Amino acid sequence: MEILLSALVSGLLLGLVLALVALGLTIIFGVMDIVNFAHGEFLMVGMYTGLLTAQGLGIDPLLTLPVAGAVGFLLGIVCYFGFIKFLLRGPMVAQLLGTFGLMLFLRNLALLIFGSEDRALHHGLLVGKSFDIGMGVIVSATKLAAAGLSVAAFVAVWLFMNRTRIGKALTATALNRSAARYMGIPTERMNALAWGAGGASVTIAGALIVNFWSVNPFIGLLFTMIAFAIVALGGFGSVPGAFFAGLVVGLIMEIPGFWDFFMFTFNADWMAKVPMTSFKYMWVYLAYFVIMVVRPRGLFGWKH
Amino acid sequence: MHQHLLQVEAISSRYGGIPVLHGVSLKVARGETVCVLGSNGAGKSTLLRAVMGSQRITDGRILFQGEEIQGLRTEEIVRRGVVYVPEGKMLFGPLPVEENLLLGAYTLKDERTIRRNLEFVYGLFPRLRERKQQPASTLSGGEQQMVAIGRGLMSNPQLLMLDEPSLGLAPLLVDEVLDTVHGLKKEGMTILLVEQSVREALDLADRGYVLQTGRITAEGTGRELLESDIFRSAFLGI
Ligand SMILES: Nc1ncnc2c1ncn2[C@@H]1O[C@H](COP(=O)(O)OP(=O)(O)O)[C@@H](O)[C@H]1O
Ligand SMILES: [Mg+2]
Repeated sequence: MEILLSALVSGLLLGLVLALVALGLTIIFGVMDIVNFAHGEFLMVGMYTGLLTAQGLGIDPLLTLPVAGAVGFLLGIVCYFGFIKFLLRGPMVAQLLGTFGLMLFLRNLALLIFGSEDRALHHGLLVGKSFDIGMGVIVSATKLAAAGLSVAAFVAVWLFMNRTRIGKALTATALNRSAARYMGIPTERMNALAWGAGGASVTIAGALIVNFWSVNPFIGLLFTMIAFAIVALGGFGSVPGAFFAGLVVGLIMEIPGFWDFFMFTFNADWMAKVPMTSFKYMWVYLAYFVIMVVRPRGLFGWKH
Repeated sequence: MHQHLLQVEAISSRYGGIPVLHGVSLKVARGETVCVLGSNGAGKSTLLRAVMGSQRITDGRILFQGEEIQGLRTEEIVRRGVVYVPEGKMLFGPLPVEENLLLGAYTLKDERTIRRNLEFVYGLFPRLRERKQQPASTLSGGEQQMVAIGRGLMSNPQLLMLDEPSLGLAPLLVDEVLDTVHGLKKEGMTILLVEQSVREALDLADRGYVLQTGRITAEGTGRELLESDIFRSAFLGI
């Protein structure tokens, strides 16, 4: 029973963080209809920012979030004005290949600067600590904090988009760009804002994840795929969709944990022979594939 | 001195290589209601989009309050007081009616003015007040048109441009919408109305233009147009 509960809790906590990872992708797509293939590389930038700021300034990694957010915001804005803006004139394919190129660029830049080795945080208020949250379930303190802060960041973005004047303008642009322009909303600037907000939310997620996950220049693709799976499931452009789909994908990634539960419960020795943890990510890709085939609109539909 | 609020001077426009407007000119004086009549595909919407800066013109000038506005960004043109209520309404469907209206006031900052305009719109369309929390997409066609017009009125426009507000509405609702336009006219609003409902539009307007395949072929008061040969052959099949 503890194993089941542990898997459940661990999947949900991871899911909350993954929801924040996917949020930026869905915002950018919602506003501009562009799929950002470099999304995972933005997350990598957040992970390195969190790690290096914590080590460089000797502060707790959790305190690096504002720095990571600011870096991500700037990165998004610079990418938009320096690059994406020019792709908009071209056909859809140019935009796909363009963000693909951005991915390769950021990845190789990281390789050049940081080298290919894994880096991890070893110090921090919560690193290595864990809590017993009752009923025999033990969770690592960093994951718990990351999940809590993810939810806070997610709620902050949601409030921004639905309660502030400029956030509402962003939402309006996502819903109907022409109409938004006729309201006097500067839709060009809204594009930049979407890249800024998308960049900030994913780098904050990166700075949270680096508390319990090591970083290397190739880490991006994994998270890009996870984010694609979440956004496909939740519906491209849907913010609440990303939240719930994040939880689902978190649970999917815990399938090895559930596997262990059944193995122990039914004493099924054959189950032990299957190297489940090595397919951990396969389930995410499989889920992505099944979603695209069965319900290409996602659970919450395409933005409207 | 400029006596005209809007002056469109010999503008041309094209989609890709295909010309759609050929040297179109028209004027709207402050307080006037002017209609542009023309059949489907004549270029009426293109003309209004050109004024809004969302359709490029290859030739000619557009003056608003005596200043050239062609080449300005749409948001700047809206800021100067030109409002376009687009064909097909273009509402923010999932958002509540009231959010749609408030987005119409995006260019305004003063909270009191925005509230006052909202009250004005609710006064004009009491049904929208009853439905203010409902997603706009769940309203009937007529009510959606009221939202579209109301949203346009939220920013204190100097010039209100309506693109076929009666499109797709039942005859009873057409009258209701055009009555509202009549009410706005009486309050002194300057209106440029594009319509296919010819008689109703001419009843309402001070003057009208006939647009045929991208050219103005006739202009005048309602009576003048109704008696002109071009108009009679174009619309009344006589
Ligand atoms: N986005 C577009 N791309 C290409 N051609 C267009 C586009 N919009 C309109 N047209 C063409 O321009 C002409 C005028 O269209 P429009 O201004 O919408 O006419 P109206 O509003 O009078 O019905 C039509 O022949 C139409 O097919
Ligand atoms: Mg039209």
